[in-house]
Amino acid sequence: MKELMLGNQAVARGLYEAGCRLVSSYPGTPSTEITEFASTYPEIYTEWATNEKVAYEVAMGGAIGGGRSFCAMKHVGLNVAADPLFTTSYTGVNGGMVVAVADDQGMHSSQNEQDSRHYAVAAKLPMVEPSDSQECLDFVKEAFRISEEFDTPAMLRLSTRVSHSQSIVTLSDREEIPLRDYAKNPAKYVMMPANAQKRHVVVEERTRRLQEFAETTPLNRVEPGSDRRIGIITAGICYQYVREAMPDAPVLKLGLLNPLPEKLIRDFAGTVDQVVVVEELDPVIQNHCAAIGVKVTGKEHFGYIGEISQQLIRTKLLGQEPPKGCAYPEAVPVRPPVLCPGCPHRGVFYTLHKLGVTVFGDIGCYTLGALPPLSAMDTTLCMGASISGLHGFNKIRGAESARSSVAVIGDSTFAHSGITGLVDMVYNKGFSTVVILDNSITGMTGHQQNPTTGYDIHNTAAPQLSLEKLCEAVGVSHVTVADAGDLKALSAAIKEALAFQGPAVVIARKPCALLKTVRRKPALRVDPDGCIGCKACMGIGCPAITFNGKAAIDPTLCVGCDLCAGLCPKHAIKEAAAHE
Amino acid sequence: MNNTKSIMIVGVGGQGSLLASKLLGSLLVSQGLDVKVSEVHGMAQRGGSVVTYVRYGDQVSSPIIQQGEADYLISFELCEAARWSAFLKEDGVLIANTQQIMPMPVITGAAQYPQGLEETLRSVCKNAWIVDALTPAEEAGSPKAVNVVLMGLLSRMLGIPEEAWEKAMEACIKPALLPLNQKAFQSGRALFGPDRA
Repeated sequence: MKELMLGNQAVARGLYEAGCRLVSSYPGTPSTEITEFASTYPEIYTEWATNEKVAYEVAMGGAIGGGRSFCAMKHVGLNVAADPLFTTSYTGVNGGMVVAVADDQGMHSSQNEQDSRHYAVAAKLPMVEPSDSQECLDFVKEAFRISEEFDTPAMLRLSTRVSHSQSIVTLSDREEIPLRDYAKNPAKYVMMPANAQKRHVVVEERTRRLQEFAETTPLNRVEPGSDRRIGIITAGICYQYVREAMPDAPVLKLGLLNPLPEKLIRDFAGTVDQVVVVEELDPVIQNHCAAIGVKVTGKEHFGYIGEISQQLIRTKLLGQEPPKGCAYPEAVPVRPPVLCPGCPHRGVFYTLHKLGVTVFGDIGCYTLGALPPLSAMDTTLCMGASISGLHGFNKIRGAESARSSVAVIGDSTFAHSGITGLVDMVYNKGFSTVVILDNSITGMTGHQQNPTTGYDIHNTAAPQLSLEKLCEAVGVSHVTVADAGDLKALSAAIKEALAFQGPAVVIARKPCALLKTVRRKPALRVDPDGCIGCKACMGIGCPAITFNGKAAIDPTLCVGCDLCAGLCPKHAIKEAAAHE
Repeated sequence: MNNTKSIMIVGVGGQGSLLASKLLGSLLVSQGLDVKVSEVHGMAQRGGSVVTYVRYGDQVSSPIIQQGEADYLISFELCEAARWSAFLKEDGVLIANTQQIMPMPVITGAAQYPQGLEETLRSVCKNAWIVDALTPAEEAGSPKAVNVVLMGLLSRMLGIPEEAWEKAMEACIKPALLPLNQKAFQSGRALFGPDRA
């Protein structure tokens, strides 16, 4: 059977067909849908983990337990999971284990564009990279086979374009892989120095065998081509761009990214006039070629930043200018993403903007609070850095600074890696204020449940982590809860927390406006006779409110959240019905 | 020679480009074609400018569309049509909804919404269909059906039988919402005019 499938969906299908039994992941664009689709197969136990390190360890436990196990994460998530990643290279597996890492070349939805291939090299793990949905499915199966044959976790590298493109795949049945026996084996699984020293020898021997495998595996293939002037070495999505731009060029298409073959590359290079490596981000393949003495170019043409495309290849390698197209002759205003109409974060950032405090931000939809007109964020780094970062900032700048600064962090991010920062702040006698934006969901990645929501990945009831109790338990004596839709209450709660001498937490609570359980209220309307054009309502940066002498509300966008109505000095913003 | 055709769908996050691309994907697969659909999820969806690429033919390689490569540019919002028009081939077809959604820099007063968009778009795109899809969508029962109205108009141009479109809609749209969308689709087909089929 054939079906059009998102790359991520095809990965999930591959998990199903490969007999995978366990999936544990933390959401992160562009990897999230893998786990969402995996959760639709009852044969696979699936969960949202609290963070990527936990997810990786859960999958590792599943593999040691003898069943094929998997975890998925975005590139920066792999930084979080790097600790177990490196040492599981030493322990190896029992049942197969595959870790998918989705890079975000071009930073469509990320804070950096690091190249995850370096992790495979550094941790000495095999890595495969598909170039379309069919390969996503096939390579997952092959990755499990490699994992078991070579006794190692295997990495599956994805990219935004592979994960979020749909192409046609052929489906097969699930292969039931029996659970392997578990036998206690401390020499393999207890990584204390005496054991680890012996395992490192095993890792190096495995790498040698994988290098031999790289020379012969069908994951790597040569497509002969008819025009031998330029031979291309490429992998992943770039392969598709090459095929489009240079259909007649000989291509060495690499599916196994680590370890890279030597003889195969040398032989290929011998058949063409010159070799160009087409790879995004860092020159991993190019440097390997240089190291084995094969003359290639690559980064000289394409650089280190962002995505490649068929057009860039045509321009850089064939000297063809892009077609002109129907270019619009004037500048068009940019349209950055915005907090949605009715977003519960809006009131918090409006309040922080009014208070003029320094804001250490975190990762989530609420990072958009950094944009005008709210402009209420000073830093955004990585998951959890708001709390620990502010703690350091205020230790350096003193107690006075703590009275005019806050950390903001979402509920899911707090559970991911904010808790340890809060413990650190309390333990080290910090005095900063934390605002937890509890919108009852993991928002930005498209609504995943988390420990604070009371539901699991299947939307069935689950034990709910109480943010209030947790904050109290770690020793925060000032914990308050405020309705994020009530500007007065919110402002009062934040001011009180700032004035408190010691660590303080304000939980700003209101569910995400996009949740199906949140009932939309009728759109509001501006009474044109009442509006004096003072623009007070414009300060909240709501995309539903526009201004042309007087304010107006777009009824197709407004969800009736009332936030603007509370700011109007003339009470001219009302429910549409109130005007009739 | 490569016979790949490229359709680009642009709009503002939340306008329903995902359904339009799903519909096109299902339709084109049903015609026995190779198809690739590419979209960006995540932060870009939050009211930002969103782009979806649909490519089809005997064998499609790249899933993305670049400047001057699109055969069709479908825009759910007028200013977005201008933003992406350079991606349209010089002889490509523009289908644009006249609806205007203000970008945040316009709302805050940092920028102006472009004036005279319709006229300028008509002057740069030889084949421009600039239509009000919002009114027929609202008449069909929901302003969110703008996407399906525009698909209705496109259906008059792709040379794929109407029955195939209907089947694709049945496959992609929940039964409860199907009648509304079928009505919107027919309104879109009517925008093409009876004399030009």
